[in-house]
Amino acid sequence: MIGTLLRRDLGLLLPGGRGGGGVLPLLFFIAVAMLYPFAVGPDAQLLARTGGGVIWVAALLAAILPLEKLVAGDLDAGVFDQLHLRGVSEELAMAVRLLAHWLAFAPLLLIATLPAAALLGLQGETTRTVLLGLLAGTPGLAAVGLAVAALTASLRGGAALAGLMVIPLAVPILIFGAGALARPDPSALLFTGAISLVLCALAPFAAGAAIRSAR
Amino acid sequence: MTARLAATDLACRRGDRLLFRGLEFDCGAGVAMHIAGANGIGKSSLIRILAGLLRPFAGGVEREGAIGLVDERLALDENLPLGRALEFWEKLDGCRDAGRAMEVLQLGNLMEVPVRYLSTGQRKRAALARLLNRNCPVWLLDEPLNGLDTQAQKAFEALLALHCGGGGIAVVASHQAMALPDPQVIDLAEYSA
Repeated sequence: MIGTLLRRDLGLLLPGGRGGGGVLPLLFFIAVAMLYPFAVGPDAQLLARTGGGVIWVAALLAAILPLEKLVAGDLDAGVFDQLHLRGVSEELAMAVRLLAHWLAFAPLLLIATLPAAALLGLQGETTRTVLLGLLAGTPGLAAVGLAVAALTASLRGGAALAGLMVIPLAVPILIFGAGALARPDPSALLFTGAISLVLCALAPFAAGAAIRSAR
Repeated sequence: MTARLAATDLACRRGDRLLFRGLEFDCGAGVAMHIAGANGIGKSSLIRILAGLLRPFAGGVEREGAIGLVDERLALDENLPLGRALEFWEKLDGCRDAGRAMEVLQLGNLMEVPVRYLSTGQRKRAALARLLNRNCPVWLLDEPLNGLDTQAQKAFEALLALHCGGGGIAVVASHQAMALPDPQVIDLAEYSA
């Protein structure tokens, strides 16, 4: 049953899937990395020093783009009602969707980080830290996104509000994830992972409650 | 299949309006119930309370047997061909004879058509197909006749008779008259607060 749910969610969210527009966040992400050198000039040292942070900001903003179709469509179509009648709790449906959202978003973002790092002229070591940080941080970003998308799904103009609400909630991930670039030891990465795990544990319950209260 | 649906002293509030109160019934196997009443009197809310999707303001509902719900929301992926959209629910429901519903509801030639291109009546028939495939004893139907042509209405009424004859329960909320097999009629106006 979980496999069936996951397959449907992935079909909905993966780039080229029927939700449509799955590649847009990635293009946006690379576009930011491309624009930044144009804006601050070609100073290689400056780019190498600040590039990691720019990638983090771009990743955070790109994570906001897919939120609109994450929950609202299925809520309007009554899919969660029908699942509820079949004994699939809202929490389970949301946990599966969280996994699908992360799978549809994060691996491709990590791959896109390589060209982005090249565009900014990052060192190998910095690129590695950024990749590890994103690997630790994207589950948390996905969790925050899902909870916020579920909360705002039944509101008019919910998508714009969702974007605004994700940003403050994602700040801890950003601080520790991007902070890992500034310190030699892995403690910041571990913190990022810990925050992500806590958010992933909480998000299905928050999102499930939001869906129930939208009925 | 054992089936029972009972409500005790049921009341429903939406916003700050009390829609109905003191509603009681007890449906055993084979009962068809018609919930009648004007627009906005609380028929849809009652169906959703019976389904367990809304919490009643007071009272309680007892259910025995799996519940199938058909309301105005289709719950099928709009961009998929009808056949594949229904397939998702068939898998969840463990349905093996999906062809039967297609045949009865004359959906066979629509299987390749994306759901978003279906007409109102075709969408309703698709929802009924999802219900049939679920093979559950308790049917909760909210305005099932909307958009159906005369022929499809006849087919639907035959399905209802078959379902109730086989020991199933059907609760039908509709403002239209329909041929139910020996129906219990609940007029919500009698319970409105």
